[in-house]
Amino acid sequence: MSSFSISSHTPNHDPKVVVYALTGFAFLAVGFLLFLPMVAVFAEAFSKGPAVYWQTFRDPVTQNSILLTLKVAALAVPLNTIFGVATAWAVTRFTFPGRRFLISLIELPLWVSPVIGGLLYTLIFGLQGWLGGWLDDHDIQVIFAYPGLVLATIFVTFPFVARVLIPLMESLGQAEEEAAVTLGARGWQVFWRITVPRIKMGLLYGIILCNARAMGEFGAVSVVSGHIRNQTCTMPLQIEILHSEYQFAHAFALASVLSMLGIVTLLLKVYLEGQNTRQLPAEAPERRRHRDPATPNP
Amino acid sequence: MLRSRTHVLPGFRLSLGFALFYFGVLVLIPVLALTLRTFSQGFLAFWSTIFEERSIASYKNSFGLSLLAGGFDGVVGLMIAWPLTRYDFPGRRALDALIDLPFALPTAVAGIALTALYSPQGWIGKLLPFKVAYTPLGIFVALAFIGLPFVVRTIQPVLAQLPVELEEAAACLGANRFLIFTKVLLPAVLPAVLTGMTLAFGRAVGEYGSVIFIAGNIAYYTEITPLLIVMKLEQFHYPAAAGLGFFMLIVSFFILFLIQILQTWNARRSGGRS
Repeated sequence: MSSFSISSHTPNHDPKVVVYALTGFAFLAVGFLLFLPMVAVFAEAFSKGPAVYWQTFRDPVTQNSILLTLKVAALAVPLNTIFGVATAWAVTRFTFPGRRFLISLIELPLWVSPVIGGLLYTLIFGLQGWLGGWLDDHDIQVIFAYPGLVLATIFVTFPFVARVLIPLMESLGQAEEEAAVTLGARGWQVFWRITVPRIKMGLLYGIILCNARAMGEFGAVSVVSGHIRNQTCTMPLQIEILHSEYQFAHAFALASVLSMLGIVTLLLKVYLEGQNTRQLPAEAPERRRHRDPATPNP
Repeated sequence: MLRSRTHVLPGFRLSLGFALFYFGVLVLIPVLALTLRTFSQGFLAFWSTIFEERSIASYKNSFGLSLLAGGFDGVVGLMIAWPLTRYDFPGRRALDALIDLPFALPTAVAGIALTALYSPQGWIGKLLPFKVAYTPLGIFVALAFIGLPFVVRTIQPVLAQLPVELEEAAACLGANRFLIFTKVLLPAVLPAVLTGMTLAFGRAVGEYGSVIFIAGNIAYYTEITPLLIVMKLEQFHYPAAAGLGFFMLIVSFFILFLIQILQTWNARRSGGRS
């Protein structure tokens, strides 16, 4: 690893010039386009020194925004986890009409503007919405309050656990669960004793992914929040407020916390992928099988 | 009727029932409400909302710039995925991990970070002779940023699975590297590139958080459609917000549909599992 060398995976090499040019380009492009923005977050956060950085978190309004973010995630993430597990179970263990359609439909929130998520619930629960009058008569606040924030967050993040679990459970197969049933295990026993231990890393990753998204969600939450200071502002919204008040160092200090959460999620993904390739050599790329046809197919 | 593949495993009714209930209450009913709300004012009102001059100006940003950003990501993404999968060099794994950064950074964080970089006083902005932040170019930068991982991550597995024999055969038949690239490799990865570009485009169309900070939100110039929806809602102009939202939802459905088709095509072309 000490000497700098670039080698090609393929037997017929690309010309050396191309190899070096493309590798250099990849470093430059990733560095400028993707890495620099993250560096900027931390550089700006500490631009006025560590004292100002820490002062950000002593502001009670900011503290409340962090607390609110935790409270929203504490409800949205478990609900979405249950949904993700139920969906993955139904979709990978059974066939039924519309199964493929359901799998596609789950992805919808990823391709719909988060603003739409907020809009949907505002149209129902907002003051001029379908239930707005009734809710107002009964003094229940959904929009511009905690329930609205949770709903909007759920909408944006509900595909994540299911998306991780569906391919995982598909590839694991159901032989072991069937064996457990044949041996007399009951439904929940199969689930807790067989399924959960086998999918636990994937499940954990899905939950962490969902949580990172839930805490960082901006668009959908911004629509239903009403930006009431100190009451309905989650961390991303508080970042927006600080930024619009030209308190850049404070805005970036708060942003750095969310960035750390994202970076931890990213590292976990790298770690889990490393684990997967070690545990499942059967998943090796096609190319290897071509080289050695004698390898028995598992 | 609904029948399970095997009747051995339990929990079909419970799991599917819960999933459908959750999905129905949180997504289907609200979408239905949005549709009814849109057309409760009549079709003409909807028509005039989505073809209002200001709406059309916002489509140029939301759709036009997303298309450009998707195209840019397609080219740059291929040039990044190529060395990442085919060459071995120090720092390859680290570089590979960095690709996912736009997924990891919350959109609002990405928004203020890009603004800090590309504003006239920013690190990159002050080196450039032209303005980036607060112009359509700034929107393009944000959209290209969030879309890039989709392209790289779609191309990588396809590029890694290309059988070596393909290139060897072409070389044996006398093709030079350039011919091999244009006639053998490029056609093989093209479905993946197109899929990735569509994913990047689809994501960019609805993007809100990372754009509104760098866009400056000047009417008729750097407004995106999701921002227009937010503004209509803030003015309690619900029918107009619903109309624009419904329009964007339909577009998203089409993009989702297109993505499904492209992914099937891509899976079939690369001869692997879907």
